[in-house]
Amino acid sequence: MTDTPVLELRNICKRFGAVVASNDVSLDLRPGEIHALIGPNGAGKSTLIAQIAGTLPSDAGQVMFEGRDVTGLDAVARARAGLGRTFQISSLAMEFTVLQNAVLGAVGQARTAFSLLRPVMKDRVLVAAAEAALEAVGLAEFRALRTDELSHGQRRQLEVAVALTLRPRAFLMDEPMAGLGMEGTAAMTGFLDTLRQRAPILLVEHDMDAVFRLADRISVLVYGEIVATGRPDEIRADAAVRSAYLGEATP
Amino acid sequence: MRREHRLNALILGLVLAVPLWAWATSEPFTITLATRAVIFAIAGVGLNLALGTGGLVSLGHAAFFGIGGYAMGILASHAQTYTPLFEWPFVLEGTKSMPVIWLLAVAASALAALMIGALSLRTSGVYFIMITLAFGQMFYYFMISWPAYGGEDGLSIYVRNGFPGLNTLDPIQFFALSFAILCAVLYLVTRLRASAFGLALGAARQNEARTRAVGIDPYRVRLLAFTLSGAITGLAGALFADLNRFVSPVMFSWHTSGELIVFIILGGVGRLMGPVLGAALYVALEHHLGGLSDYWQIYFGAILLGVVLFARGGLIGLIVGRETAHD
Repeated sequence: MTDTPVLELRNICKRFGAVVASNDVSLDLRPGEIHALIGPNGAGKSTLIAQIAGTLPSDAGQVMFEGRDVTGLDAVARARAGLGRTFQISSLAMEFTVLQNAVLGAVGQARTAFSLLRPVMKDRVLVAAAEAALEAVGLAEFRALRTDELSHGQRRQLEVAVALTLRPRAFLMDEPMAGLGMEGTAAMTGFLDTLRQRAPILLVEHDMDAVFRLADRISVLVYGEIVATGRPDEIRADAAVRSAYLGEATP
Repeated sequence: MRREHRLNALILGLVLAVPLWAWATSEPFTITLATRAVIFAIAGVGLNLALGTGGLVSLGHAAFFGIGGYAMGILASHAQTYTPLFEWPFVLEGTKSMPVIWLLAVAASALAALMIGALSLRTSGVYFIMITLAFGQMFYYFMISWPAYGGEDGLSIYVRNGFPGLNTLDPIQFFALSFAILCAVLYLVTRLRASAFGLALGAARQNEARTRAVGIDPYRVRLLAFTLSGAITGLAGALFADLNRFVSPVMFSWHTSGELIVFIILGGVGRLMGPVLGAALYVALEHHLGGLSDYWQIYFGAILLGVVLFARGGLIGLIVGRETAHD
């Protein structure tokens, strides 16, 4: 297929003092695919996600989203443009209920944050969108719980649910499986497998079984540089990748 | 939460019952004290929207309280002397009409809050506290050094301003007017907190990164909250000036800002009725402890310390427990 990429990074750089966190990174995300980003700890995966989401300004390079240069936009504008991210460390409104967190996403999507007098939790459209997202990740029965009462894994699921309510045109997911356990990981893997139909996913993940099952393409990031990009079987066979990374991770 | 609703109704009922009892037994001074508590409560409810719901610890809300007060003082003093405020570009006459004064008090304090907020909200934490304090003190020293409206001595108004159909000089009628405004403000704030805006404001307080990630700009949400908060506190300032028939720069001083924060902490940060309970207790203690000793604030300080140390969530939190999430 010769699809034009939804998201494209062109020569992205980020430096923290002497540490080069991203060095001339270029990659793209095509419609309908899951593009996994793997690499050892400290390779700069989360830095890259932050640069794409707009929370961390890049020193050089361009971020193109749907053919438009979004490099100069902040995180709010990029979220509105259609980039839905999940955080590596769950980042939720902990005093809200599970449902309120999801409704917050729906409010952001509907751009009604300046609706002053209508009770938001009685807004059928927003609540229905939020409940559908909770249903999709398997959190529907916990909707009334306070978020700080959720387990670590459930918070990861809620992260994904909030991203769903944004109805983004590309997902940026930073370790959505971390802490989910066997069953949770299997369920989330199955869910992400279907999710790519809705919008492509740039997936940072440490669970190699999940990555090799899900990814259409894999990029390997080592010390801020992409050392290889390709289909899962190509990556598995790649000598540079084996020495840099996979050799340490697979038994 | 059911228990908190019941407690809120009880507090509001007491605030209404005490002056009614005083009216029946002809004790006008108690009615005046209750009116003072109600007006402080309005100011506190206004601040609580920013401080409690939005997490914006403003130590400069005296500015809005004072602007509301001087809106009344300036308009009424011009009406008293039959001189216009200014003649160019249009003639603005003074007025003794409360509704007009309130409108101008709300507009002026909202505008001031918009400008102060636009600058202050670029900072956060301790810097935000300090910059709002600085703005408040700027107004304080400005009013002291501006001779046109009494400077340090303030302004006296001979007769309380009028409200159509009411005799505002009758303490119970002025109390009823203030109480009605408190109820209206509580209703407005309840609606705001339950709205999408309230949700976004709460989210911005709890987790700024999350708020941005769903495409909501925390700065703009906070700026609106700060403006609404300042407007409500300004309205309370106009009422406070009318209660005393006197305004002075003291309304602008940081003591006033501190008092407003004390009401909130005493009653419960972020609780709808927190400032109402806090203000009522403050006025009651000020009166009764003040009668025992000139140094009553030492004892008040001890009570406040006890609340801060042992009752997180203030007295309302102590009674009804942790705030449960509500749909």
